[in-house]
Amino acid sequence: MKLAITGGTAQYETQLERRFGRCAYFIIVDTETRAWESFPNPAVNARGGAGTHAAQFLANQGVEAVVSGDYGPNAFTALDAASIQMYSAQGGQAETLVDDFLAGRLEKVTGNTGPAHHGGGRSQGGRRR
Amino acid sequence: MILTVASGKGGTGKTTVATSLALAIADSSPVLLDCDVEAPNAHIFLQPQFDQRREIGLPIPEVDEVRCTGCGRCAEVCQYHAIVVMGGKVLVFPELCHGCGSCTLQCPEGAINEVPNLLGVLEAGPAKEGIYFAQGVLNVGEPMAVPIIRELKQWQPFPEGRTIIRDAPPGNSCPVVETIQGADFVLLVTEPTPFGLHDLRLAIQLTRELGIPAGVVVNRDGVGDDGVEVFCRKEGIPILMRIPLDQRIGKAVARGEALVEAFPEYLPQFRELYAQIQSLIDSRQDEILPQAMGTHPSHGAKAGRL
Repeated sequence: MKLAITGGTAQYETQLERRFGRCAYFIIVDTETRAWESFPNPAVNARGGAGTHAAQFLANQGVEAVVSGDYGPNAFTALDAASIQMYSAQGGQAETLVDDFLAGRLEKVTGNTGPAHHGGGRSQGGRRR
Repeated sequence: MILTVASGKGGTGKTTVATSLALAIADSSPVLLDCDVEAPNAHIFLQPQFDQRREIGLPIPEVDEVRCTGCGRCAEVCQYHAIVVMGGKVLVFPELCHGCGSCTLQCPEGAINEVPNLLGVLEAGPAKEGIYFAQGVLNVGEPMAVPIIRELKQWQPFPEGRTIIRDAPPGNSCPVVETIQGADFVLLVTEPTPFGLHDLRLAIQLTRELGIPAGVVVNRDGVGDDGVEVFCRKEGIPILMRIPLDQRIGKAVARGEALVEAFPEYLPQFRELYAQIQSLIDSRQDEILPQAMGTHPSHGAKAGRL
């Protein structure tokens, strides 16, 4: 099966990037052959809707499961609609996370784990400064 | 004249200044627009009787599942990623949608209809002392303030030719830009602290970017440091008024009293503030007009050269 891991760099040794929609790269691994490929996240600089955009990208790639840190509500809804299973990890290298995934050591996500962001263009982190 | 009262930093006294300015020039029947649609509060001080109301919505897509083939064109053209197509099934995220209509136009099957998504309301009516009042109220949970502010600016349930005072939201992001756009002057209310100065700098950049003249009101004068003073002097930004740090003012405002009602001795200062703004706008127009009309009588020709 095709497993996506959200990474900070394009290498297989990359550390997990915990933000799903705004990760720099997706490392997509074939869990049977361990062949991998990395893709720049097209949503990394999206003004809004990064979560839905990234989810659409993974669905188009035929990904069936993803490992990240947190999933916002829109990302969760979109990934869930695509029947992409979501797993959460605190950190670690992509390579190790594939082992953890295959060994069933990762926590399965059944609801959104992060807050709504609603766009990088707006004031983030509270309205009154 | 359209005047926007903004600040950058929140809680510096925008609404205190905007409402007192309106009361000080009440004889001319000004209009106060509360554009802080996420938390409008100017009504507390001006006590309008709302007799006009308009609901504001954005057209969002509704997909006819029978006609939809799941081709994914709508998701491709949506620059806000408010619509996704997963395994042939279309999902719409209304709170991400900006109502641009691209998906509806581009759908090869004509499977998308637009339905209104209610974002908030506009309310208006006469307020204290002949002031006309209007505000926008964004529904709780809706993230997009700009469409409400845009509609509030265009809504004119009052006669033309009146001075309009727009009370802006805090910050320097899109809702503030929208509130400033189209104004003749921006009055920036700040406090003389490093926080006040930090956001004042950003607000000044914004007014310069938009090409709108600005002046400063220093509120709680006496706290903090001289950073705002030094900055304004260096940048040639006029400080048009100072309101001292005075606990009695804070208490009166907390009771819902407008500054000039609790302390009428401030009325002449606010009238003077208004007169200064008017003369700054006039002198700017004097500067601009001779150049624009000089050797190039046609604006079109001038624009063509640039």
